[in-house]
Amino acid sequence: MNIQLLGMIVLWTFLYGYIIVASIDFGAGFFAYYGKMTKQDHVINNIIDRYLAPVWEVTNVFFVFFFVGLIGFFPSVAYYLGTALLIPGSIALVLLSIRGSFYAFSNYGSKDNKVYLFLYGATGLLIPAALCTVLTISGGGFITEKNGAVQFLAGKLFSSLYSWSVVIIAIISVLYISATFLTYYANRAKDYGALAILRRYALFWSIPTILASFLVFVGLRDNNVHFYQRIIDKYWWMFALSLVCFIVASLLILFKRNYGTAFIFVMLQYFFAFYGYGASHLPYILDPYITIYSGFTVHTAAVALVIVFILGLVLLIPSLIILMRLFLFNADYIQGKK
Amino acid sequence: MDMDNVTLSRLLIAMTFVFHIIFATIGVGIPVMIAIAEGLGIWKKDNNYLLMARRWARGYTITVAVGVVTGTCLGLQLSLLFPSFMRVAGQAISLPLFMETFAFFFEAIFLGIYLYTWDRFKKRTSHWLFIFPVIIGANLSAFFITTVNAFMNTPQGFTLKNGVIKTIDPIAAMFNPATPAKSMHVIVTAYTASALILGSIAAVQYLRGKRSEYITKSLRLAVTMGLIFGILTGITGDFSAKFLAKHQPEKLAAMEWHFKTERGAPFIFYGTLNKDTEEVKYAIKIPKLLSFLSFSDFNAKVIGLDEFPKDETPPLYIHYLFDVKMTLVGLMLFMAFIYVLCSRLKKEWMHNKWLLVGLSCAGPFAMASIELGWTLAEVGRQPWILRGYMKVAQGATTASGLGSMFWLFLVLYLLLAIFSIVVIRKMFIQNPPEDEMKYRFNNI
Repeated sequence: MNIQLLGMIVLWTFLYGYIIVASIDFGAGFFAYYGKMTKQDHVINNIIDRYLAPVWEVTNVFFVFFFVGLIGFFPSVAYYLGTALLIPGSIALVLLSIRGSFYAFSNYGSKDNKVYLFLYGATGLLIPAALCTVLTISGGGFITEKNGAVQFLAGKLFSSLYSWSVVIIAIISVLYISATFLTYYANRAKDYGALAILRRYALFWSIPTILASFLVFVGLRDNNVHFYQRIIDKYWWMFALSLVCFIVASLLILFKRNYGTAFIFVMLQYFFAFYGYGASHLPYILDPYITIYSGFTVHTAAVALVIVFILGLVLLIPSLIILMRLFLFNADYIQGKK
Repeated sequence: MDMDNVTLSRLLIAMTFVFHIIFATIGVGIPVMIAIAEGLGIWKKDNNYLLMARRWARGYTITVAVGVVTGTCLGLQLSLLFPSFMRVAGQAISLPLFMETFAFFFEAIFLGIYLYTWDRFKKRTSHWLFIFPVIIGANLSAFFITTVNAFMNTPQGFTLKNGVIKTIDPIAAMFNPATPAKSMHVIVTAYTASALILGSIAAVQYLRGKRSEYITKSLRLAVTMGLIFGILTGITGDFSAKFLAKHQPEKLAAMEWHFKTERGAPFIFYGTLNKDTEEVKYAIKIPKLLSFLSFSDFNAKVIGLDEFPKDETPPLYIHYLFDVKMTLVGLMLFMAFIYVLCSRLKKEWMHNKWLLVGLSCAGPFAMASIELGWTLAEVGRQPWILRGYMKVAQGATTASGLGSMFWLFLVLYLLLAIFSIVVIRKMFIQNPPEDEMKYRFNNI
C-alpha cells in the first residue's frame, strides 16, 4: 500500500471516529433539550449528563485531528476547500462554538437554564447538516475554477436534491446513533425508566434512517454518475453488509436483547457505509481537482506525520482506556454511586 | 464593510486571535496554579488550599470550553482566510499542528478525569497526580503552536520552487531560531498572568470586605506565585530581545525607532516621532542601553531600519505598543513585589487599601500586556506572512463575503464573552467559599 492511501485511511478513520462520538454527543444534546420540553428530563437527563460530562472535550479533538491531518497530508485541499467554504465553514464554526461553550455554560454554570440548553441542543442538529455539505461538495460539481480563482456554486448546492438528502441522512443518523448508544448506556446503568424512553427513540429513528439512505442513492445517481457507478459495480457489497448490520441492530433493540451488541452493529452499519462511500470516492478528494496523488505533501513531511501519529496513538490509547474504565465502563459510576 | 480582502482577512483573524489568547493564556497557566494549591493543601493538611484548587478548577472548565471553541475557529480560519498561504506552508507546519492536537487530546482526557474524580480515590495524592497530565498537555500544546508562529517569523527547513515546497525537514522547521525564546516567553507569561488574575480576584474580594482565611490565603499564594513567574518573564523577555536583535532586526528597530545602524544604540521609551525627518522628541532616552539589551555589550552594533527596503519594514506605531506593554508589566510586578515584601517584613501593610487596589489591577494589566505583546509580535513582522517568502497580501483569500463573516464572528465573540462572565460570576457569587468550606469539609 502506498503512503497516500495510508494517509487517507488514517484520516478517514478519524472522521469515522468523529461521526460516531459526535453523533452520540449531538443527539444527546437534542434529547436532553427534548426531554426538558416534554418534562421527561428527570428520567433521561441524568443518564445523558453522566455520559457526556467527562468526555465532551474529547469529541471535539477527533474533528480537529481530521482537518489538521487533511491539510498536512493534502495541502491543496486547504486551498480549494478553504477558498470555497469561507461562508459555510464560518457558519459551521459559529455553530460549533455556540454548542461547545453553551454545553459548558449549561453543565457547569446554570443547570436549569433553558436558553443554554436550547442553544446547545439545537446547534447539535444544525452542525451535522453544515459539516456534511463538505462531503457533498467533495463529490464534485459545486466548485469551479475560473482564471485561477476558485468559486463555490452556493445556489447549485442549495437547489440540489442530493445535497438535501445528505443533510437529511446526517440529522437522522445523529439521532439514531445517539439513541441506540444511550439505550445501551441506560441499560447498563439499570435505569429502566430512561431505557424505555430511549429505546422508543431508537426504534422511532430506525425507519427514517433507512428511507433516507435510499434517498441518498437516488440523489447521488443524479449528481455524479461515475461515482454512483463505482459504488454499484465495485463496492455494492459493503452497502449490503451495512444494511444487514442495520437489520440485526434494529431487531436486537426491538426484542429488548443485547443492547451492547446492538450498538456495535450500529457502529458496523455506519462503518461499512462510510468506508464503502470513501472507497468509491477514491482516488478523488475533491472531484475533479484533487486526487490523493496530485494533492499529496512532500514525502518527508508525510513520513514525519505518520511517525507522530503512531507515537500519538501510543500515548492516547492507554489514556482513553483509563478514561473509559473510570467512566464509560465503570458500573458504579454509570449507576451514580460514585 | 468597504475594505479589501487582505485587510478584512487580517482583521478577522486578529479578532479571533485576540479573543482566543485570553482563554488560551488562562488555559496554560491555571492548571499549574491548581496543582500548586492542591499540592499545598495535601502537604499542609489545609482544607483552604484544597478548596482553592476545587474552585479554580470549576471556573477553569468554563474558560477551557471557550478556549477550545475559539481555538477550533482559529485553526480552521487559517485555511479559510489564508488558503494560498496554507497551500504553501501547510505541509511545513502540519507536524507541529498535528502534535498540538495530540497534546490537547491528552489534556482533554485527563481534565475530564481530574474534574470528575475529586472524591473517588482513597489517597488524596492519587487525584492530585491527574492534574499533571493536564499541565503537560497544556504546556506542550502551547509549545507546539508557538513553534508554528515562530516558523512564520523565521522560516527554515524547506526549499521553495515556483511557489511550491519541494523538500521539507519538518524538525528543522519546528526548531527554528525563534522557537526557544518565543515558546519560553509564551509559557512563562501565561503562568504569570494566570497567577495575577487569581490574585486580582482575591484582592477584589478582600476590598469588598470578605476577609476569611480562604481569601487571605488565596491572595497570598496567587500574588507570590505571580511574582516568581514574573521574574522568569523578565528573563525570557531578555532572551526575546537578544533573539530579535540577531534574527529579526527590522522588528526590533521598528519597535525602538532605531533608524540608522550604529554602535552603542540608545534605548528609547515613549516620545513622539516626526515620520518625515525621523526625529524623536520628548522620549526617555538611555544611551547605549539598546546595544546592551541586544548583545550584552554597551558598544555592540544594532542594525537599523535603513538597511531594509521601505516596503519590507513593519509599521512604526508598534513602538507605542511596546511602551505601554512594558509600563504595564513594570507596574504589575512592582505591586506584586511590594506585596510580597510586606508579607515578609511588615505584615500590617499587606492589606493596605491602595496596595489591594493595585493588585486588583495586576491581573487585567497582565492580560493587557499579553495582548499588546502578541500584537507587537504579529504587526512587527508585517508585511510578511512567511517572513522573507510570502507577503500577507499573497496569502489572503479571494472569496467574497468576508465583511459579513467579520460581523458574524464579532457577534459570536461578544456573546461568548458576555455569557462567560455572567456564568462565572454566578457560579462563584451563589456559592461563596465560606459556605462551600462548611458543607464540603464540615469545619470552621
